Amino acid sequence: MTDYTRSTAAEIAAAIASGETTSVAVTQAHLDRIASVDSAVHAFLEVDAEGALAAARAVDDAFAAGQSLGPLAGVPIAVKDVVVTKGLTTTAGSKILQGWVPPYDATLVTRLRAAGMPILGKTNMDEFAMGSSTEHSAYGPTHNPWDLERIPGGSGGGSSAAVAAFEAPLAIGTDTGGSIRQPAAVTGTVGTKPTYGGVSRYGLIALASSLDQAGPCTRSVLDAALLHAVIGGHDVMDSTSIDAPVPPVVEAATRADVSGMKIGVIKEISGEGFQPGIKKLFDQSVQLLVDRGAEVVEVSCPSFEKGLAAYYLILPSEASSNLAKFDAMRYGLRVGPEGVDSPSAEQVMAATRDAGFGDEVKRRIILGTYALSAGYYDAYYGQAQKVRTLIARDFERAFEQADVLVTPTAPTTAFKLGEKLDDPMAMYLNDVATIPANLAGVPGMSLPNGLADEDGLPSGFQILAPAAKDERLYEVGAALEAALLAQWGGPILDKAPALAGKAGM
Amino acid sequence: MADAVVDYDEALATYDPVMGLEVHVELGTATKMFCGCATGFGAEPNTQVCPVCLGLPGALPVVNATAVESAIRIGLALNCQIAQWCRFARKNYFYPDMPKNFQTSQYDEPIAFEGYLDVELADGSTFRVDIERAHMEEDTGKSLHVGGSTGRIQGAEYSLVDYNRAGIPLIEIVTKPLVGAGERAPEVARAYVAALRDLLKALDVSDVKMEQGSMRCDANVSLMRKDADAFGTRTETKNVNSLRSVERAIRYEISRQAALLNDGHNITQETRHWHEDTGITTSGRPKSDADDYRYFPEPDLVPVAPARERVEELRTTLPEPPAQRRKRLQSDWGYSDLEMRDVINAGALELIEQTVAEGATPAAARKWWTGELARRANVEGRSVDDFGVTPAYIAELDGMVRGGRLNDSMARQVLEGVIDGEGSPTAVADARGLELVQDTGALEAAVDAVIAANGPIADKVREGKLNAAGALIGQVMKEMKGQADAAKARELILAKLTS
Ligand SMILES: [Zn+2]
Repeated sequence: MTDYTRSTAAEIAAAIASGETTSVAVTQAHLDRIASVDSAVHAFLEVDAEGALAAARAVDDAFAAGQSLGPLAGVPIAVKDVVVTKGLTTTAGSKILQGWVPPYDATLVTRLRAAGMPILGKTNMDEFAMGSSTEHSAYGPTHNPWDLERIPGGSGGGSSAAVAAFEAPLAIGTDTGGSIRQPAAVTGTVGTKPTYGGVSRYGLIALASSLDQAGPCTRSVLDAALLHAVIGGHDVMDSTSIDAPVPPVVEAATRADVSGMKIGVIKEISGEGFQPGIKKLFDQSVQLLVDRGAEVVEVSCPSFEKGLAAYYLILPSEASSNLAKFDAMRYGLRVGPEGVDSPSAEQVMAATRDAGFGDEVKRRIILGTYALSAGYYDAYYGQAQKVRTLIARDFERAFEQADVLVTPTAPTTAFKLGEKLDDPMAMYLNDVATIPANLAGVPGMSLPNGLADEDGLPSGFQILAPAAKDERLYEVGAALEAALLAQWGGPILDKAPALAGKAGM
Repeated sequence: MADAVVDYDEALATYDPVMGLEVHVELGTATKMFCGCATGFGAEPNTQVCPVCLGLPGALPVVNATAVESAIRIGLALNCQIAQWCRFARKNYFYPDMPKNFQTSQYDEPIAFEGYLDVELADGSTFRVDIERAHMEEDTGKSLHVGGSTGRIQGAEYSLVDYNRAGIPLIEIVTKPLVGAGERAPEVARAYVAALRDLLKALDVSDVKMEQGSMRCDANVSLMRKDADAFGTRTETKNVNSLRSVERAIRYEISRQAALLNDGHNITQETRHWHEDTGITTSGRPKSDADDYRYFPEPDLVPVAPARERVEELRTTLPEPPAQRRKRLQSDWGYSDLEMRDVINAGALELIEQTVAEGATPAAARKWWTGELARRANVEGRSVDDFGVTPAYIAELDGMVRGGRLNDSMARQVLEGVIDGEGSPTAVADARGLELVQDTGALEAAVDAVIAANGPIADKVREGKLNAAGALIGQVMKEMKGQADAAKARELILAKLTS
């Protein structure tokens, strides 16, 4: 009997559509896998077995009735806990939302449900998506399936770890500065951040509104394209959503042809100063693309070095405003101040925010409040917005010379849990290669390109494309993936150590 | 406790008042500013809400296109320039009625700016109020504090919040500092708010009901010593909600600030609350330029960029400006300035226009609406609107007078019947048997009898003193129990005595 937890989403969908298996069987297999390994991985904050199986049954009934359904019908999926799900607890990894059950679905969740995709549960994340290691979750860290002592990347470590640990074939992540791509890199999975506005933000608990973007976490480039096509497209509930059809991502992933394409290597982020094994794998990947007919050009993006600084002004500024609604009055946690008989609303708010927000969140709220305050706005937020414009211009110039740009996704492989917790700056540096895409709104993808020599841990290869040209990520990604699979003789996740499973694998 | 005040005229002898008026107007759109919730007034609390206007985590705003068009029309009617491109901003502060703890508003990029409104004063002169800006924002919810004696939060056991109003579109219209109004400052303020109300009503963008809070005025007042060249420190009296209060509150602030300045004190920059019952303002929250709302462009909304062609299209939908319309109607109707002012003060312009449209003469329409009906409304402390008297009824009444069926005093009786709910003028006249006697034989007999009985008066008329005929007409009316046609009686008397 086939173990569908090891299959890609495309394979699962085909097996369900052909009657070889059922959505209930596949969903149950994943629920079993979660029960078996998640105590070690802690990818999930909430598992909704009942809801997932009910959705699976509905798909099976629809197939039995001869209905034709979408290309991912019946394939179960996990959703990052920053995305609101009606009737299913949503906390954004924060204590302040402990037990909050939203009365509505995010638009992308509505689309998943309409596509017949059972929702397995909600995945762990850094609190309000602030972090690069999933250690800032109020509910404890997620562990990297490659080495349980290591971080799974952040902020969406739960989604990528669930996919890497075969607990879910697909997951939804959100990427504000690299939170889909960076965890994908350190867990050996594929992660795409679509063009800003390509997937509706309606129902995403906002971190930084102008940077946030939801996207797919998968084990193959084709799966990412299929999921992208399900969740993408215009939404009247999000005025920043792009009013145009989803780019032809599935066609591009199927075609996988880079002959004649110009691949731009960004001089400033081409592996200098990165972990040697990562630099080596990056160069090898570029060569594989050349072997398949691509042309390599070197491009310069001098403003990128200011990107990190700009990002860490814009993000906290917007976050400080977005998080102001958590005031203990209408939903979520409410804590009374100690030793006060009849506390004022302000005292309750202060006590709740003190108890409900973690250190990293408090740090960024204070930073953002300061950066927006009168007299400092121009020096900080205003300057950061100018840098943002410069970075967008760098991209424009670079895309005049190349069809796509490539970089290593993260400077290092997964570091040890706790290793950088006391050094926020070192932590922030993890996103140095991914942040420019968020600042400029362009799409990006990370796919696994090997295991670093020095530690045998996964490395990620980042592809960036011009805004609204998401299909190029899939064209190049699928071509590189095919070359790498041929080299490895199978998926890279097959090389990961088996997780000690109660159910036994 | 009331502050010391000085006599208003004394204050004006020393100081020039400077005013800034901020008027908030709720737009009468069917749905809210950033979501599809209904905006109806008076619904059960929290029944017109959704994730967006409740500010639930994850919810996003989408701009109401109708509200933007209303804002543009208001801007155009106020002679403003319309921004080619503007953005919403977040105004960050904590407020219990505000679900997101920031208000989505416009800050340095208003949709309309640099306009003016000419305001007519009681003496017929015009004062130009310069408009700095008109911008869009969302309203907040409403709190109800339960358990205290005052209805305020202090002493309350708990508070209830109704978010039905949260997210209703607001336009805030801000004037430039108004200088040079002198002692007429309170009158100018009142006239401006009234003119704005008329304009918004004519634009059909709001129900502009001050008593329901759909139009509210914040009045900034400062005093400048006559020989000074810089503005003084201002206070902001919040949420004044009637025309009369606008005038009174500003008058009070002028007297209060003058008393402080005369005693060598400084004015504290603060918000103040107006108390309708006692006619004073009291200190609210200190307000300083350091109030830090941490404005930044709203990242959840795309900029608003109204197409020029659309703006010009909207310009063609503007109604005739109320002041211009009044001038036109006055000339059409042939009213004197005094008569026109009476009409406006009685708020009868629309009624008269409709009555004339129904066929009444402008003179009769004015006479009834500003005369008998206004008088009775005043006596009974009611509003003319409550009488159930329609313009069509008044036109019907006028037709009966002109057609010779009723004389003036009979028409008054008929109108009373209409007000008392006895039906249309014709129905009332029929029921009460009111009709001028058309039988010339009966009239002639009455005239002969009166001449015979009043020899000395008849002689005066014969000598050419025609005014004396009036007394005879009165006698004829009396003889015929009021049902005679006075004009015909006069004609007959003169024919018999002077031919
Ligand atoms: Zn709503």
